[in-house]
Amino acid sequence: MELFLQQLINGVTLGSIYGLIAIGYTMVFGIIGMVNFAHGDVFMLSAFIALILLLALQQMLGVFAPVLSFLIILVGAMALTGLWNYMIERLAYRRLRGSFRLAPLISAIGMSIFLSNFVYVMQGPRNKAAPPMFDKVIKLTSGSSYDVTLSYKQILIVVVTASLLAVFWFIVQKTPLGRAQRACEQDAKMAALLGVDVDRTISATFVIGAALAAVAGVLYLTYYGVVNSQDGFVPGVKAFTAAVLGGIGSIPGAVLGGLLIGLIETFWSAYFSADYKDVAAFSILAITLIFMPSGLLGRPDVEKV
Amino acid sequence: MNALWPALRAALIAAGLAFPVVALRTDLNMDNQLVLEPRWSWMLAAMALAFFGKLALGALPARKPKAAPAQTAEPPARTKWIARAGLALIALWPFLALFFAGPSGALKWIDNYGVQILIYVMLAWGLNIVVGLAGLLDLGYVAFYAVGAYAYALLSTQYGVSFWICLPLAGILAAFWGVLLGFPVLRLRGDYLAIVTLAFGEIIRIVLTNFSSLTNGDAGIASIPRATFFGLPFTAGPNGFAAFFGLKFSPIHRIVFLYYLILALALLTNFVTLRLRRLPIGRAWEALREDEIACRALGLDTTKVKLTAFALGAMFGGFAGAFFAVRQGFVSPSSFNFMESATILAIVVLGGRGSQIGVALAAVAIIGGSEILREFDFLKTIFGPDFDPTQYRMLLVGLAMVAMMNWRPRGLVETRAPTVSFGQARQIGADMVKEGHG
Repeated sequence: MELFLQQLINGVTLGSIYGLIAIGYTMVFGIIGMVNFAHGDVFMLSAFIALILLLALQQMLGVFAPVLSFLIILVGAMALTGLWNYMIERLAYRRLRGSFRLAPLISAIGMSIFLSNFVYVMQGPRNKAAPPMFDKVIKLTSGSSYDVTLSYKQILIVVVTASLLAVFWFIVQKTPLGRAQRACEQDAKMAALLGVDVDRTISATFVIGAALAAVAGVLYLTYYGVVNSQDGFVPGVKAFTAAVLGGIGSIPGAVLGGLLIGLIETFWSAYFSADYKDVAAFSILAITLIFMPSGLLGRPDVEKV
Repeated sequence: MNALWPALRAALIAAGLAFPVVALRTDLNMDNQLVLEPRWSWMLAAMALAFFGKLALGALPARKPKAAPAQTAEPPARTKWIARAGLALIALWPFLALFFAGPSGALKWIDNYGVQILIYVMLAWGLNIVVGLAGLLDLGYVAFYAVGAYAYALLSTQYGVSFWICLPLAGILAAFWGVLLGFPVLRLRGDYLAIVTLAFGEIIRIVLTNFSSLTNGDAGIASIPRATFFGLPFTAGPNGFAAFFGLKFSPIHRIVFLYYLILALALLTNFVTLRLRRLPIGRAWEALREDEIACRALGLDTTKVKLTAFALGAMFGGFAGAFFAVRQGFVSPSSFNFMESATILAIVVLGGRGSQIGVALAAVAIIGGSEILREFDFLKTIFGPDFDPTQYRMLLVGLAMVAMMNWRPRGLVETRAPTVSFGQARQIGADMVKEGHG
């Protein structure tokens, strides 16, 4: 029971991170029908940006207050990662919208290779350990053999995720930008005829997706405390799995899928085998795509001629 | 003045992009703590590059839309001659290397520039059947390469089966895995298929890593038996290859033999592909690439057509894998990661999906290019001793893939002679062909 409870806490924490990344996949897929393969590497880049901003704050400006520095790196990483993704969309994807279907995917694979190697070349091959933040731990139960703990980091992750999701939900549902986004998702040509600036809306989608990935990156950095230039690939694929599981194109589906993948992964590691935890995620990806391609909450994808 | 504002904006954006990741490098200090090492000059360089780049772009005259080029009536004879001359060069390559570099210097030229490139040519030709002809994006091709390599490694070390028996077995096993993995997934549409093949490739790698009782895990399988010349080992002893032919023993014999072996395998791949393209199945592949819905409407069993392409591509991957194992004498899961799949895919994409000669040229450019990067030691005198040019290989490959998709989406060799034609076969330019769903 203690193990179950502990894994539940860990799974929800991990799932929040996956859910945040998954939103970026699902929004881009919804609006231009493209698997943004580079999104995992954008996430990794944001973790690096956060790490460097944190070190800069501590070593160059002497700011050590945890909450203040956390807020600064969060906002800074969101803005800078958004800028990165804006430029990536401009340079690598925009011209390909009328091209054959696999062209954007191949371009995104190239971008993914570029980003991971760019960070590798610029920052070196080693794991980079961040200075620890929010280290305190709350003991929930002290069982006979096993203490169930809830760390400040985990509370922080769930709280930040929930509040940013609320803000994001408000943007999509209530603002003109969100309306334009949903219009483009349904029918980009019609939206353009009605005066929606489709290019701008797609750019905004990429920026928002990157900003949420940056939140995930900052949280990942605080949670694990270490980041490497190759860290984008596996979380990226898992988040994509989450998006597919929840039904690609559906934003609540991405969050739900992220939580499910996080829970499945932690429980799998705890009860079966930690060595094969990635196999679990990859198998879910394959099985979902084969048997249930519209996911849990997605709309079936009908190809019209 | 009007040109200055966009340029300034570009410089500002470059500053924003470069500020954390380029301008500040994280490094461990003596106390094992991360410290920042500022490199503002790099950031300034990036800003200057963006500023003057934008300025130069603005100064260029606006590009006129090109008039649609008439059908290029370039005679196919010329490409045929290029191919023949290239083939002659490749066939004589080991002897040219021996002649110009001597027996000790030639090793590098034959092994690194010959065998290494030819392995990738073969892999890329194999993948070209799947990606180029059938239009299925396979991101897990390296899985079949791994199946072939482990098939030979295990069969030879555990049961002592010879290379010449293992080679077809490795191909058959890989094809079998291709069918097994392909069968459930080939109904999926293009981008989903790509992601699922990626997942399968990763699963196979993780299983190879963790199934230690069979595969020895991360440590890999070492001391795999070397290939023999139809039973004659390449050893110095009296039963060896050198003694049998009355030559002085030299390790280079084995390398030259490997070179011709992989050359033969690669040419076999090419030959089979070219022949199959003329058969109904090959035409079906190309039709499938252009428009899947039309194919289905015309009564093609698309799953079967895709499956043959997938299995055939996998088979050649398996051959290449067995060759890889016999060449290295060592296999481990780290040789079969996603980056390997991506490299092979990049070769196919850059060469022009479906073009055999383009793919071969792209393999020479990417693999040979990264070997050449190793030679660029003089750059260390410019950029300092920490500069390692080989690190930039994949970075350039990624950029090249993006650039290629944006400017020449059909690859280096854009034109293609139709496989089937009425009367005279004329090459078709990229603008004449619009690809369907793929």
